[in-house]
Amino acid sequence: MRGVFLPRLLSACVVVVGVCSLVFLLIHLVPGDPVEVILGESSQPADRAALRAALGLDQPLLVQYGHYLQQLAHLDLGQSLHSRKPVADLLSERLPATFELAVAALAVAILMAVPLGIIAALNRDRAGDHIAMSFAMLGVSIPNFWMGPILILAFSFWLGWLPVSGREIASSLILPAFTLGTGMAAILSRMIRTTLLDVLGEDYIRTARALGLGRGRIILHHALKNTLLPVLTLIGLQLGALLAGAVITEIVFSWPGIGQLTIEAIQRRDYPVLQGCVFLISLTYVSVNTLTDLVTAWFDPRIRLRGD
Amino acid sequence: MRERIAWSIILIWAAAAVIGPTVASGANVVDLDHILSWPDASGWLGYDDLGRPLGARLLVGARYSFLVAFWVVTVSALIGTTIGIMSAYVGGRLDHLIVRIIDIFLAFPGILLAIALAGLMGPGIDNVVFALSVVGWVGFARLARVQTLSLKHRDHVQAAVSLGSRSARIMFRHLLPLLISPLIIEATFAIAGVVIAEAGLSFLGLGIQPPTPSWGSMIRDGTRYMLVSPHMVLVPGLTLMLVVLAINLLGDRLGDRLNVRRGGC
Repeated sequence: MRGVFLPRLLSACVVVVGVCSLVFLLIHLVPGDPVEVILGESSQPADRAALRAALGLDQPLLVQYGHYLQQLAHLDLGQSLHSRKPVADLLSERLPATFELAVAALAVAILMAVPLGIIAALNRDRAGDHIAMSFAMLGVSIPNFWMGPILILAFSFWLGWLPVSGREIASSLILPAFTLGTGMAAILSRMIRTTLLDVLGEDYIRTARALGLGRGRIILHHALKNTLLPVLTLIGLQLGALLAGAVITEIVFSWPGIGQLTIEAIQRRDYPVLQGCVFLISLTYVSVNTLTDLVTAWFDPRIRLRGD
Repeated sequence: MRERIAWSIILIWAAAAVIGPTVASGANVVDLDHILSWPDASGWLGYDDLGRPLGARLLVGARYSFLVAFWVVTVSALIGTTIGIMSAYVGGRLDHLIVRIIDIFLAFPGILLAIALAGLMGPGIDNVVFALSVVGWVGFARLARVQTLSLKHRDHVQAAVSLGSRSARIMFRHLLPLLISPLIIEATFAIAGVVIAEAGLSFLGLGIQPPTPSWGSMIRDGTRYMLVSPHMVLVPGLTLMLVVLAINLLGDRLGDRLNVRRGGC
């Protein structure tokens, strides 16, 4: 048991440290003087010096890095240059909205992908398969910054069923969730189809069939259970794409989440907030992935017992 | 049939990239009589909020999406593949280090890192290419590494080693040809990804800057006038979708075909 979990956790820690470092370096890697970029070329030297001191950029790189890590250890992400509020507060204000959107999109994705994947696999190379997979192909090819406006056009302007944007009423969530969820549903349904087809070719399915079990029982009890783990892993991996996609989706629908904050921070040249957003999204992604791996290992005795 | 349509779309896209700006000279001409006009005989695809013809702007935008896709995929593939092959072939500590670096880059989901980089560096086509390449090399590196790991113990590689071939020669003459087909498939999907990513960055205002047209920024402009002139958002979006769909379709077909051939021998 320990043989599987401990190395996974350790490598996740290494990645987290790497992410911290890269986020820190982001400002320094960018060519040019960040202070000049923030204030513009015509700014006064005194203003530049003040901002440089505020950002700590006047100190040696290693000192800055040490200070940064020390702050992080205290969950202090610095202060916004724009609103003067602590970045951690800004992030926690926006987090619930993004979380809500991500969960809703995930639900949309799963509700769409599971039936599609099953239909495609059970009708392999027949009409059902072709239709389901064409839909999936369409889903991966429509970027969410176009999907969103189209949905707004159809359901808000023409049909008038749903609000255009914002997060005032519960139904505001529907369009962003569909926008964000469809892309994931497309990838997920393809994965479910492939995995299910693999599983259906296994010996134990043939045995179940030879024993005279009904088709429904075979699929529900024997086949789908075995597709669960690869699909779970993929959901974990795709959650990252979901979080990155949320940045664009939140902009399309003026959804007040982390993604919108990221873009606002870029527009205002508010580097500490930008760093905080990138840090939070990546950290969430790494945590979810690690958790997915651990859960998969826990549920799958083939992996769980390998380490012993 | 489908494949033929897909190829035609990609050829039109490439042709538009080459000759677009010469044909579509009016892309930035402001025509106040045509503000937000619907498609008519002189402008088949309608006009935008400044009375500029959407058709001409699409053609010019095609050049930028093509150029960005070409450069990002070329740079990412060259750098990523070299790193991946070397990492797996040399092995040991170097491999360990590179795997860690790849893991760290993969921890930034999707185009998040590109958004941050493009945001920090400021807009512009060079910065877009740079930002997307920083994100793009990882996929190639990971693929080349995994493939090389499984190939480097093959007999012909061992034979080359024992005959005293130099490492560089082994990597490029004996390993690279064997992993070229998965890399081509990866590159195909990468093109589709970059086209969407460039449009996404431009949509966010972090990519190609006005007045230069980009499909992404055209969609963004369109969203402001959706109620009065939905064609402004429909036209560039549909174009973008068709191109991406065509590339993805060909990538799928290519994948199927190369798999079949591999299974055949």
